[in-house]
Amino acid sequence: MAGVASIPAAVSVRAPGPRHAAVVRATHWLTTLSFLALLITGGEILLSHPRFYWGETGNVLAPPLFQLPLPSSRATVPTGYAYILPDQNGWSRHLHFEAAWVAVLTGLLYLAFGFFTGHFRRNLLPASADFSRRAFSGVIAEHLRLRPANNTAARSYNVVQRLAYLLVIFVFFPLVIWTGLAMSPAVASAFPSAVSVLGGQQSARTIHFFVSVFLLLFVVIHFAMVCRTGFRSRMRAMTTGRPPAQMEGL
Amino acid sequence: MSVLSRRRLIGVGIGAAAGASGLFLGRNLVQRYGLIPPDGGGIYGPGETLTYAAHRLLTRHSMAREFPRAAISNPPFANEVAPLSRAFKQLQDGAFVDWRLAIDGMVAQPASFSLAEIKSFPSRSQITHLACEEGWSYIAEWIGTPLSHLLEMAGTLPQARYVVYRSIQPDWWDSIDMADALHPQTLVTYAMNGGDLPVEFGGPLRLRVPRQLGYKSVKYITSLTVTDSLKRFGKGLGSASPEGGYAWYAGI
Repeated sequence: MAGVASIPAAVSVRAPGPRHAAVVRATHWLTTLSFLALLITGGEILLSHPRFYWGETGNVLAPPLFQLPLPSSRATVPTGYAYILPDQNGWSRHLHFEAAWVAVLTGLLYLAFGFFTGHFRRNLLPASADFSRRAFSGVIAEHLRLRPANNTAARSYNVVQRLAYLLVIFVFFPLVIWTGLAMSPAVASAFPSAVSVLGGQQSARTIHFFVSVFLLLFVVIHFAMVCRTGFRSRMRAMTTGRPPAQMEGL
Repeated sequence: MSVLSRRRLIGVGIGAAAGASGLFLGRNLVQRYGLIPPDGGGIYGPGETLTYAAHRLLTRHSMAREFPRAAISNPPFANEVAPLSRAFKQLQDGAFVDWRLAIDGMVAQPASFSLAEIKSFPSRSQITHLACEEGWSYIAEWIGTPLSHLLEMAGTLPQARYVVYRSIQPDWWDSIDMADALHPQTLVTYAMNGGDLPVEFGGPLRLRVPRQLGYKSVKYITSLTVTDSLKRFGKGLGSASPEGGYAWYAGI
């Protein structure tokens, strides 16, 4: 284009677009907040019955699939602990479901944005060349050597990152919402097959627990990587949108 | 600049008009279908309201899953209850012959039924899931007369919106909206798994609301009040559950 040469110098050195789009930044932090609320309240609710089952039903008179070695907030649960924790289910359940609404509505906004703007295709879908063994081992070797990300890596995602994000967005979050809804007696009455496909309401509860653990694991690794590659610049990139590369001179 | 600001003005105008008509439409919908729960205030109100409204739009007529006889939990689990009151024990000593269920409020004919009368009414047997908010559950066969049958006999007035039900145990009461009260699976239950309803499971009379969590199925019920507003009952939050920190609507 002939016009390019006539663009004033000031414009050409202006900062490139934000590292993350405004919608991505807003939905990221809304999801973070709701996930933290869901995690804490989910843990509290779990303490009222730290046993898990498979199938439709389960209670203290039935053998559990497994029992977490935790005390309980209910006297009816045999835990081996001599004390009973205070009941926190009232506010925990209220906050759990309210945070779930925030997470679901935020997720829907993010999905709509991702599909309409090509965010998923452009930023998260790995290129077919990325699926080679060399590309994978390259990324993993870099991580094992704890080599800090260079400027190109700081402005894009590598193949392992892309797959992890896709897994969280399109598998773990939908699954944790589905299994959560499957525990609802009213939802089960309207959509019975959403429960039977999972193997029953207690199976749904057990899957809900494991997916939550995977999501927590993701958050821990995600946070560790953010710290590793520069906590302040990454936080700034996800909050104000300022690209990490711009930070180098500061 | 003037083009831009005019465009912006038009945009804001359209936005405001859309917002106002959206609010108007929303309020009309909410009033018409009763989509706000009695405990819909406070910081958890938006979440409770979204859940209740979504369920009333999607599950108003849905039927709780019913299971084959082989799915019945053996043994079922009876949750703890507070020590039984003296009033209960007196009736228990008389084999519950004098147990009565009263219906009053917005009905054409207030009535009171004995246990024997209730057992003579049309009955329904259903094998459904009972899930506790704590996380455990069991499946049992429940036999009783549909609450809708008693409401029909008493003649519910058209402005009725809720049914309040009370246990003989002190401070144990709850309420449901008409969608659940008139639902064919909402049973005034007196039998379980083929026998009389055991005391630990709520006998002689328990209201089973199978599309909601176990705590809505209040044990030892003695009275029903049909009403158009829950403001006059307790703290006005719909039941004893919100007063103890739990949600009024437990269909989650």
